[in-house]
Amino acid sequence: MNAYTTSHRSKKEDRIMLALLRLSAFLAVAILVFIVGYIMVQGFPVLNLGFLLSSPTKMGREGGILPSIVGTVVLTLLSAAIATPLGVGTAIFLTEYTREGTFSKVIRFGTESLAGIPSIIFGLFGFLFFVIRLNMGWSILSGALTLASMILPTVVRTSEEAIRTVPDVYREISFALGGSRWQTVTSVVLPSALPGIVTGIILAIGRAVGETAAVIFTAGSSLRLPQSIFDPVRTLPVHFYILAREGISIENAYGTAAVLMIAVLLVNVSAYLIINRVAARRLERR
Amino acid sequence: MSATAPTGSECKVQAINFSFSYAYGETKALHSLNLAIRPGSLLTIMGPTGSGKTTFLRALNRLNDRVAGTGHTGQLLLDGKDVYGQEVDVAELRRRVGMVFALPTPLPLSIYENVAYGPRKKGIRSRAKLDTIVEKALKTAVIFEEVKDRLHSSAQRLSGGQQQRLALARVLAVDPEVILLDEPTSGLDPLSTLRIEETLRQLRSDFTIVLVTHDPLQAARIKSDVAFFYLGELVEIGPATEIFTRPQDRRTEDYITGKFG
Repeated sequence: MNAYTTSHRSKKEDRIMLALLRLSAFLAVAILVFIVGYIMVQGFPVLNLGFLLSSPTKMGREGGILPSIVGTVVLTLLSAAIATPLGVGTAIFLTEYTREGTFSKVIRFGTESLAGIPSIIFGLFGFLFFVIRLNMGWSILSGALTLASMILPTVVRTSEEAIRTVPDVYREISFALGGSRWQTVTSVVLPSALPGIVTGIILAIGRAVGETAAVIFTAGSSLRLPQSIFDPVRTLPVHFYILAREGISIENAYGTAAVLMIAVLLVNVSAYLIINRVAARRLERR
Repeated sequence: MSATAPTGSECKVQAINFSFSYAYGETKALHSLNLAIRPGSLLTIMGPTGSGKTTFLRALNRLNDRVAGTGHTGQLLLDGKDVYGQEVDVAELRRRVGMVFALPTPLPLSIYENVAYGPRKKGIRSRAKLDTIVEKALKTAVIFEEVKDRLHSSAQRLSGGQQQRLALARVLAVDPEVILLDEPTSGLDPLSTLRIEETLRQLRSDFTIVLVTHDPLQAARIKSDVAFFYLGELVEIGPATEIFTRPQDRRTEDYITGKFG
């Protein structure tokens, strides 16, 4: 084989591969656009203020989805509020307070195994433990605790990664100036890692918002507007699932799905705006 | 050992048969070091990479504690008390023994907050008090005039030389007795280097300063006492004029004439 044929062949190979790679990149985006677009188009006809702000009637065949919106927001925020201190605390412990060893490996292995458990198992566990054993019943609290255990590994892992990217010299400077470990964590490490940590929590919230299996067993499927965290709720994905599964109203199911998607989109966009503002303000802090 | 070596209680810093190792004794970084530094003096430690200079500095403020598997024998005394003593409060020790690092690195905070960092961690809350401390530290480090109009903007926008003088101000703000500088000019241009050296000469009477450098020329310019470290041993110590004109040891001579290192 001479040099000419080699280069000729590799050029051809290059062109073919480039075309294939372009195609896969295009498909990746196309699939996303198609799914989002399809649901938006299907759901758009029922989307109006009345749908968002009224309670459902006739099992959801008519009326709106206000209780589900309220339930989803409260449930998700509560689960994030539970998982955040636990997850960030674990990450701080693993990165700042322990040297790499058997103990930290066991914790890391544990949290990573937790991440691999199917959500329906969390649902079953939440049902048996929170709902039955602790007698919390189908409630926002049971659902939030279950979701919190489910998203905990994500929060731990992303926080740990964010904390590890903080340059070690920042810690050295802080220690060399007489800072304690905790002072170093709060004044130098966490502020620098904050955008990464917030991103991880947002990712976790994104997962929690759309979670169905873990919630249907624990938060129930009540269509009433919840009055406290001890009341059951039907979250948006559960509502959507029941409407579609039981053939109650495909139109309202699509409408609910569209609302869910817009909500996730809003959460993500606002998160990135917050991250940018936090990063900018931190530099100018007095 | 040398004419400049003081004895007993007049030392600010004294190493007595001090050895230091990493990796659970696998790597010996300092071998039976004996060294004394008088209060209010400036000692320049020069030597090639791996000579133990940085290890010595990081033992003095116990920043080496962060590394797993380190060990030491012998004594390292600050004002006659072992820095590795059981009753030593490490945070307090680090306030007494400040450190400027090799690469100019401001914390990701404003200029003001960089300097106020140490005092705040010590528990000083009063704004007026902090203002006074910050201004004084910046003035002593000869950077106040350049930054006084933008104290609350990011320190990361300063030039390398300014960042290193800010690092010095940051250390001065905790009111240290000893200042350690670990190759503070290695990342700087010649002019910024000269400005740092000039600042150090002004500070030398008020503090005990230990400057580490791999550059014999810097040691010669500073005209302080000079110690030459090689492979974890103190080869020679004495006034710069002595070391550079009549080195006692062959290795010192080779180093300052550029035969190795």
